[in-house]
Formats: sequence, C-alpha cells, structure tokens
Amino acid sequence: MKKTEQNALATALLPASAIGRWAIFIIRELGRIAIFFVKGFLLIFSLPLQMSKIIEQIYFIGTKSILVICLTGAFTGMVLGLQGYYTLVKFGSEGLLGAAVALSLIRELGPVLSAIMVIGRAGSAMAAEIGIMRISEQIDALETMDINPLRFLISPRIAAALISFPLLTAIFDVIGIFGGYMTGSVLLGIDPAIYFYRAQTSVLMKDIAGGFYKSLAFAVVVVTICCFQGYYTHMRAEGFGAKGVSFSTTSAVVISSVLVLIVDYVMTSFLI
Amino acid sequence: MELPLIQLSDIYKAFGDNKVLTGADLSILEGQVTTIIGKSGVGKSVLLKHIIGLMEPDSGKILFRGRLLSEMRKSEKTAFKKKFSYVFQGTALFDSITVFENIALPLKEKTPLKKAEINNLVRKKMDQLDLQGVDEKYPSQLSGGMKKRVALARALVTDPEIVLFDEPTTGLDPVRKNAVHKMISDYQKQFGFTGVVVSHEIPDIFYISQRVAMLEGGRIVFEGSPEKIQQTWDPMVQNFIHGLERGHKQISGIESHFQGERRIKEEMARLQRYHTPFSIIIFKVENLEEINEKLGPTAGLTIITNLANELQTITRFTDTCYRFGLDKILLLLPNIDREQTQGLCEKLAGRILGKDIFGLTPHSGLCLFISASFKEGQKGGSYEQMLLQTQSMQNMFYEFKVC
Repeated sequence: MKKTEQNALATALLPASAIGRWAIFIIRELGRIAIFFVKGFLLIFSLPLQMSKIIEQIYFIGTKSILVICLTGAFTGMVLGLQGYYTLVKFGSEGLLGAAVALSLIRELGPVLSAIMVIGRAGSAMAAEIGIMRISEQIDALETMDINPLRFLISPRIAAALISFPLLTAIFDVIGIFGGYMTGSVLLGIDPAIYFYRAQTSVLMKDIAGGFYKSLAFAVVVVTICCFQGYYTHMRAEGFGAKGVSFSTTSAVVISSVLVLIVDYVMTSFLI
Repeated sequence: MELPLIQLSDIYKAFGDNKVLTGADLSILEGQVTTIIGKSGVGKSVLLKHIIGLMEPDSGKILFRGRLLSEMRKSEKTAFKKKFSYVFQGTALFDSITVFENIALPLKEKTPLKKAEINNLVRKKMDQLDLQGVDEKYPSQLSGGMKKRVALARALVTDPEIVLFDEPTTGLDPVRKNAVHKMISDYQKQFGFTGVVVSHEIPDIFYISQRVAMLEGGRIVFEGSPEKIQQTWDPMVQNFIHGLERGHKQISGIESHFQGERRIKEEMARLQRYHTPFSIIIFKVENLEEINEKLGPTAGLTIITNLANELQTITRFTDTCYRFGLDKILLLLPNIDREQTQGLCEKLAGRILGKDIFGLTPHSGLCLFISASFKEGQKGGSYEQMLLQTQSMQNMFYEFKVC
C-alpha cells in the first residue's frame, strides 16, 4: 500500500480509533473502580474490626443526612399526593392514591432520591476530604506507618454506606407516604383509612425487597465513586492541588448521580 | 566490605518528560546517619520515597540486607515497613485530628499497647520535643516549626529502626533546629538507629552524620564521610557547599553575631563535656569609620564582606566567620592553637595584600589597618567573658596594613 493511501485510511479511521481509545479507557477505569471496591469491601472484615470508625461514618453519612432526607421525603410524598390525586380523580379512582404514592416511593423514588441527596451531602464531602488527604501526603504518611489506607479510610465508609443507605431510604419512604397523606387526605379530603388501606394492601414484600436491593446497589455506587475520585486525585491530568480536588469532587457528584440513574434503570428492568 | 542495610542501585525515575533520577546509586549502612545533600528540586525527596516504597523506580534495584525489595513476599514487606518511619517535608499531619491523636495514631493502629501506655509514650515524646500544651490543638492551629516537631514526634514515637527525615529542620528557629539535630544524634547514640536525612543545614548536619551523599543531575556524585566531602577537590561538590555559605553572605554580608554567639556557646559546651579545644579570632578594621566618611556608607560593608570572603578561602571548612559589630569579624576555629592562628593571619595578610579589598577601582589611596586578637576557649568561662578577654590589648597579637 502506498504511503498516501495509508495516510488516507488512517484519517478515515480517526473517529473509530478515538472511540476505541475511549472504550479502552472506560473499561480500564471500570476495572480499577471494581478492584478498589472489592479490596475496600473485603478489608471491612479484617481484624481488628474498626467499629468506632464505622460508627463515626454512619453518623456522618446516615445520622447527619436524616434532616435532609425527611425534608425531601415529605415534599416528594406531598407532590406525589397532589399530582396523583388530580390524575386519579379523572378516572374516579382517587381511592387508589395511597397505593400510587407508596409504590412510587418504595419501588423508585425512595432509593433514587435518597441516594442523590446523600451524594450532595456526604459524597462530595468524602471526595473532597480524601482528595485533600491525598494531595497533602496524609495518605502517603499512612503507608509509611504501615497502615493500609484502603482499610483505614475506605472500608469504614463502605460499611457505613451499606448500613445507612437502606435505613435512609426507609425513612424517606415512610415520611413520603405521610406526605402523600397530608395532601391527599388532610388537604384534598380522601378518607385516611382508605389511603392507608390501599397503601398497605398494594405494597408487597417483593416491592420492599426491590427498593432495599436498589438502596444497597446505590450505596456501593456512591461510596465507591466518591472515594475513588478522592483517592486518586493526584493522578488527574486536568489539574493538580486544590484544582485537582475541585475536579475530583465535581466528578464524584456528576458520575455517581448519573450512575445511580443508570443502575436504577438496569435494576428496575430486571426486578419488574 | 560491610553489607549495606539498604542499597539503591542504578535507579531511574521520570515523571513524564522530566527525568529526575538517572542511574542513582546509594548505600545506607546500618546504625549510621546518612545525609543526602543537593540543590532544591534535584530529586532528593524522590530518592527518599524510593527507599520506603512510596515510589517505584522505572528501572533499577532496591535491596534490603541484600534482598531485592521487589521479590519480597507480602509478609516480608510488612515486616520491612514496620522498621521504618518517615518525616515528611510538608509534615503530612492528619489535619482533622488533634496533635495528640496524630502522635498516638501509629501506636494505636499498629501496636497492642493499652490506652494508658500510649498516653505515657505520647506525653514523653511531646515533652522531649517541647510540645507541651498543644495536645488538643489541630495542626492548622500550629506554627510551621511546631508542626515540624509534631511530625518528628509522630515518626519517633514507635522507636523505629530506620528513620527517613525529609528536611526535618526547615522552618525551625536556630535553637529548635539544634534541638532536633541533637535529638537525632542522641537517639542514634542511644538506640543505634539508621537515619537518612535530606538536609540543607550545612555544615551543622555534618556533625551528626557519619556519611554524606550528594545528588546532582539525577545521580549520586559524592558518597563518603563528612571529613571526606570537605577534602574532596570535586568542583561541583565544593561549589555546592560553599554556595550555601555564600547564600547567607549575599543577604547580610556574613552570618550574624547571633549565630556566632550560638556556635561559640555550643563549642564551649563541647569543650566542657568532651575536652575539644577551640579558639576565636576577632579581626577589627581600625579605621573603618574614617573609610566610611571618605568613601560613603556602603564602603565599610563591602570591605567587611570582602575580608570575610578572603578569610573563608584560607580557613578550614569547619571554621566559620560571623559579623561582630560594625567593624569586626569573628572567626571561630575548632581545634587550633596560638601558633597555627598566627600562621593563618600571616597567610591572610599575604593573600589580601595587593587585592582590591575596598571593592572600588580606583580607590582613594586609603589604607586599611587591621588588627587581630586571639583567645583559646577555657573551661568554666562565660561567653561574655571570653569576648571581653579576646578584645583586651594583651590578646591582640597581629596587626597589618593594606593599601
């Protein structure tokens, strides 16, 4: 083949090679993230157990998120009550409002919105804190003391997220159902007994289990992405130092939010 | 030959296009303090991080007691790391926990000690490093020097076998700098640990080191005892060492009398404890006032600086010059007697005769009258007494004229 033909072929294949490079990069990154999570998860069980650190993280990720979860849960339930009522009343089925609100929350909105709220409140903080520890050599210092940084920093956060996410989701669901009751029954006059009867009879164990599995999956996604972004702040090509930490925090929030929605769709298609 | 504790052989390390280490070889001997010197940004910290495994070389070998680090099993590597401690240049303190918790962390995480025992050890180390009353403070609430001492306390609290110090005294005041050097020296005598120090504190650091290595251009260009580095004729090594000294002079002419006072007091303490003699000479430009009047106010400074520079070219490496008043230079000479001192003064006079010591060409035809007085250090005397006696007429032993 002549040189000019080779050049022409290379030019024509440029977009394809760019896609290929991008795909390789994504697969490699996913692999690194998966290894990061597995190592961090297994180290939760290494002795001695780091109970105090896990409890500290549960307080940070879980307890401190309760207020924001209650607020978003209440208003999500209330808006569902309003929208649901005006839709169902057209078909004369407003009695089914309790079922509509409870199912929407338990199966879908509870796990997704709880995860999104925790990303904003705790995920960004995790990425920033670990990122600063990285750029100020605190993680290197742990290594020189023969303290495994994954065990010391990441494992307690993974354990705490796995415990906190389902509980926060449960709080979100319960508050949301009461929010729906506030608008549906208190404001719009649906009989409270009917509201709660429909909510109770329509929700099956399968729905609750589905929501539970989702919240666990989101916990894994959020804590892994946020910690990973912070942990490897020093390897970012876009910026170093404080700028690197700002990029890591932004990436942590954006990537984990998008991934929560993608994982939600994939899981729903399997669980439905 | 003794098997080195740690041996770095032909280490190459690059960050992108920036080649930092290009075949560095270094041997760390057990029970000795090895100091790595070199210009800023030459890769001293990078070399140090290779020793502890924080960085992996692109190529080259790192051996621990003759065994390749890369071929060690995980358990062996863990045992290897347990022997080490590292003092970071930027302290690397955990900023979200208190000073006390920072120092206690390695004990809490890696030893089976009880809380009371940990508390005792931490308190002891804090007392040694003059860190009382800051236990509940956070690192961001401390001064730079204090942070440095907390980092030292954290590194030494586990009584490690090998300690790597990355510029442990940068940012410390002279008193605390000496305290840190003394602590490294005392620790080494007491526990026989192996130390690797990256430092710019020349010549102070030579007093506590048994070996010195100089890194330049990605390679170790000198490796040997502190005495050997002073005697080496390698212009690169000499330029670096004397360049550091000149750095002080560029700012204030020569080092200040405060530094001189500190050094003399140290020598007096050494004389008291170890019977190591020392002497001081005070050179005085007798007509400096007249020169300043006739040639302007900066002429005196130029003359003193030039005189000090000439002095340093003929004195030994361990001898040091200090500014002492406006018209005097104090020369501190460890291990020297009266006869040798006289020889030195003659040498100085011979050297500066005919030189443009005024720093002005053409000068006004004025002559300089320089006198020198000498005193040997005596046990039991005070610093002030010694200075007074040195300047007395009976101790003036040489005068010369430069025109």
